[in-house]
Amino acid sequence: MSYPILSIMILLPIAAAILTLFLTAQAARWAALGTTLGLFGLGVALWHGFDVGGPQWQFVENAPIFGRFSWALGIDGIALMLIVLSVFLMPICILASWTSIEKRVPEYMAAFLLMEALMIGVFSAQDMFLFYIFFEAGLIPMYLIIGIWGGADRIKASYKFFLYTLFGSLLMLVAMLWMSREAGTTDIPSLMQYNFPVEAQTWLFLAFFASFAVKVPMWPVHTWLPDAHVQAPTAGSVILAGVLLKMGGYGFIRFSLPMFPEASAGLVWLVFGMSMVAVVYTSLVALVQQDMKKLIAYSSVAHMAFVTIGLFAFNRQGIEGALMVMLAHGLVSGALFLCVGVIYDRLHAREIARYGGLSNNMPYYALFFLFFTMASVGLPGLANFVGEFLALVGAYEANSWVAAVATTGIILGAAYMLYLYRRVAFGAPAGEDTAAMRDISAREWLTLAPIAAATLWMGVYPESFLAPMRNDVTSLLVRLESAAPAGDAQLKKGSPKADAHHEAAHGEAH
Amino acid sequence: MSIIDSLMLTLPELVLTGAALILMLVAAFAGDRATRLINAGAIAALIGATLVLGREGVGFDGLYTADAFSNFTKPLIYLAAGVSILLSTRFFAAEERLRAEYSVLILLATIGMGMMVSASNLLTLYVGLEMQSLAAYVLASFMRKDARSAEAGLKYFVLGALASGILLYGISLLYGFSGTIDYHGVAKGLADGVNMGELFGIVFVLAGLSFKIAAVPFHMWTPDVYEGAPTPVTAYFGTAPKVAAVALLVRVSIEAMGSAVESWQQILIFTSLASIILGAVGAIGQTNIKRLLAYSSINNVGFVLVGLAAGTEAGVAATLTYMVIYVLMTLGSFACVLQMRTADGVHVEDIQSLSGLSRRQPALAAAFAIFMFSLAGIPPLLGFWAKFVVFDAAVAAGLMPLAAIGIAASTIGAFYYLKIVKIMYFDEPAEAYHPVTSYVESGVIALTAVAVSPIGYLAIPMLGAATAVAAKALF
Repeated sequence: MSYPILSIMILLPIAAAILTLFLTAQAARWAALGTTLGLFGLGVALWHGFDVGGPQWQFVENAPIFGRFSWALGIDGIALMLIVLSVFLMPICILASWTSIEKRVPEYMAAFLLMEALMIGVFSAQDMFLFYIFFEAGLIPMYLIIGIWGGADRIKASYKFFLYTLFGSLLMLVAMLWMSREAGTTDIPSLMQYNFPVEAQTWLFLAFFASFAVKVPMWPVHTWLPDAHVQAPTAGSVILAGVLLKMGGYGFIRFSLPMFPEASAGLVWLVFGMSMVAVVYTSLVALVQQDMKKLIAYSSVAHMAFVTIGLFAFNRQGIEGALMVMLAHGLVSGALFLCVGVIYDRLHAREIARYGGLSNNMPYYALFFLFFTMASVGLPGLANFVGEFLALVGAYEANSWVAAVATTGIILGAAYMLYLYRRVAFGAPAGEDTAAMRDISAREWLTLAPIAAATLWMGVYPESFLAPMRNDVTSLLVRLESAAPAGDAQLKKGSPKADAHHEAAHGEAH
Repeated sequence: MSIIDSLMLTLPELVLTGAALILMLVAAFAGDRATRLINAGAIAALIGATLVLGREGVGFDGLYTADAFSNFTKPLIYLAAGVSILLSTRFFAAEERLRAEYSVLILLATIGMGMMVSASNLLTLYVGLEMQSLAAYVLASFMRKDARSAEAGLKYFVLGALASGILLYGISLLYGFSGTIDYHGVAKGLADGVNMGELFGIVFVLAGLSFKIAAVPFHMWTPDVYEGAPTPVTAYFGTAPKVAAVALLVRVSIEAMGSAVESWQQILIFTSLASIILGAVGAIGQTNIKRLLAYSSINNVGFVLVGLAAGTEAGVAATLTYMVIYVLMTLGSFACVLQMRTADGVHVEDIQSLSGLSRRQPALAAAFAIFMFSLAGIPPLLGFWAKFVVFDAAVAAGLMPLAAIGIAASTIGAFYYLKIVKIMYFDEPAEAYHPVTSYVESGVIALTAVAVSPIGYLAIPMLGAATAVAAKALF
């Protein structure tokens, strides 16, 4: 690519954010929508221009303008998919806030555009400190989004969000400072190949873990998430669940696993333990929630636990599964928050008990809601199934107990999602106002239909999404090979029988 | 070196002294009517002093040193002094009346600071420090009719005199045990092991200087003096004397006590962590913006000391970087505080009066938010870079626990900076402020806000090179 497309993708929304501050509400909406659609176009161009099977790092830029660190950008397949996810969700977020945000619209749009720039920056930074700056800077617009446009209890939620994530990240910063001294570079691709002393790795791993575990979030540091989700405006929840949580998973893939393979292997018990508790505990908590947004927030914690389980399975299925769960969860939980937003805009209530029987007066809405509920439950043919299945297969190879406990999460997931759906969409309406709610408008169609299409695509033909990431997973596995803990699956290579020769050959062709 | 060469080394101080004396005469004869003229003259003198900087050498048989280090810190002090003069005009015109002595006192204090930075002898150090302090005591109580201001001046004076006494006692011990008051001579005396008397000397000197930089446990005066002093004076106290005292502390620690790093490193580590934590915790309950900024300055001094505690060249360079960025943030914040006026022009200091500022005066609120996030050290604002370099130096010097605890404690500090942002952005608007009328003040706010915004990162290579050269001069 002859032009610095990544820099453009970061700087364009920043420029647009500054511009929108000076516009009227309606003009700001259109400017934000136009910019995000333009960025989506650039994202598609990025995907199109990405050479699958080519060099690991593409679209590389490097300008040493900051002295100690540089403006170094570049993406691999994993970063590409997460950037595409971000730019895909962004115009939808703008559309979702079209009428529900009435006060201080220009500032709202500016905050979202800034957020988008920072998200793209996080996924494309190739310099450790540049990554940190983008990673941390995201706190400011999100803090403002929750604090200004959030619900009744927004102040506490915004503080909790900010301070939790800040505390984790600061420990990571100390570790980064040490690493840059030790390795003599801040270049992420070089650091991914650097062998840190094993005794230091544990400390470094824990420092990074403090940051990413809060971001993912893992039990027991997940408590900021339900608050933040419940109080944030709908679009804020979508971005939070869709992209910001993925930064934690991305951090594990980009830093923890390749840079500290021995420590990762040594602390697998910690990650597995926390993830197992998360799957079961947060699912049970989700089951008893009275608040729709809280329920989906807890389900996010449970789903993200599949990501951590898959990543630390140290095998291809697990890691690819984790990546797919990240993408799928980004779409599906984002869509579920949109679904909640649709009815919240009509009734201004999040309590499940205030709804009921929506399939009568809002059939299209009920259809979409069912679609995403099913996707969240892990129905084959939809996005989540692919990732969760792969992650569980990987986990089973690594540790069958973990796989067994994690699988109960699927069952519990079905329980709480279907229970939610039954209470909202079936039965008798809770009141006359509930029964009088209009079905989704054209604008809401535009927000939900693209996600539904992408969910279906990802479920039916996941290869489109897995192909760009495959080589990166391979190089990660090569890096992890020496440290990977032995699994308890006792896999044995079978030897094909002579008389079944053609069948074996047939099997290999798959 | 001949006496003429020595005098030429002190040219910046000479320029300022001459200007201060002339302006004092003008003030005596023309009275308060000439205040604006005197202010302009003082600023011209500061610019002139900056322009004649640049000579390097040791003058007056080792009493005075001009080197890259002093040439780096002095412009920063002059900048802070100049801005506090600029910020004063409208404030005093509104509060009481313009008073001619203000900028003369600022100039006199600034001369003392120049001596502090350039001192390479314990006696020069003390004389410079006292010169600065005496002018500062008067400045603190500058609003004669305001009881709080008088109280601030008195408090500052009593505690400052006590600290000077402690410092002097430490100096006498160092002199007694090493036989000299020259920095390098003291360093030689300490080089062959530190005996009990020398250790006491070091502790007392550090205690006296900790008072001047408002580091815990010698910080108690700060909130009261910051609150009571007129706001432009507080802006001055928060910046110029801090730079001078920190630079002085750096020079004494490295040049005079550089051979006994282990003896003072622990003290600095304790002071630093205590300042970070206490500065952060103390600020949480404050309702007065100036008191809050006082605690913020205690908190920031803690971070500055992290760099010095490293005791390395990189650490000193980091300390200087921190001071530059800190001065910009502080001047900007106080310029914002000066805009907190009711509709009829009375200055208010209550934090709650900032409620909903983002809807009343979006630009002012945005600038204030930038300073707050920057003081909290949140990237991509420049305050992050300041914290980054000091912690980097600490990590490089192997002080991992200091770095880890210090950086974790900065989360506490983030809380109260966020509180200001919350009040400005999330709360319902309070009574409107008087609109910003002064071009000078809005110019100061705009320039400092741009400097600490991400655009400031482009200056990092330049700043890094300059601080490295300055730090090298001490080793």
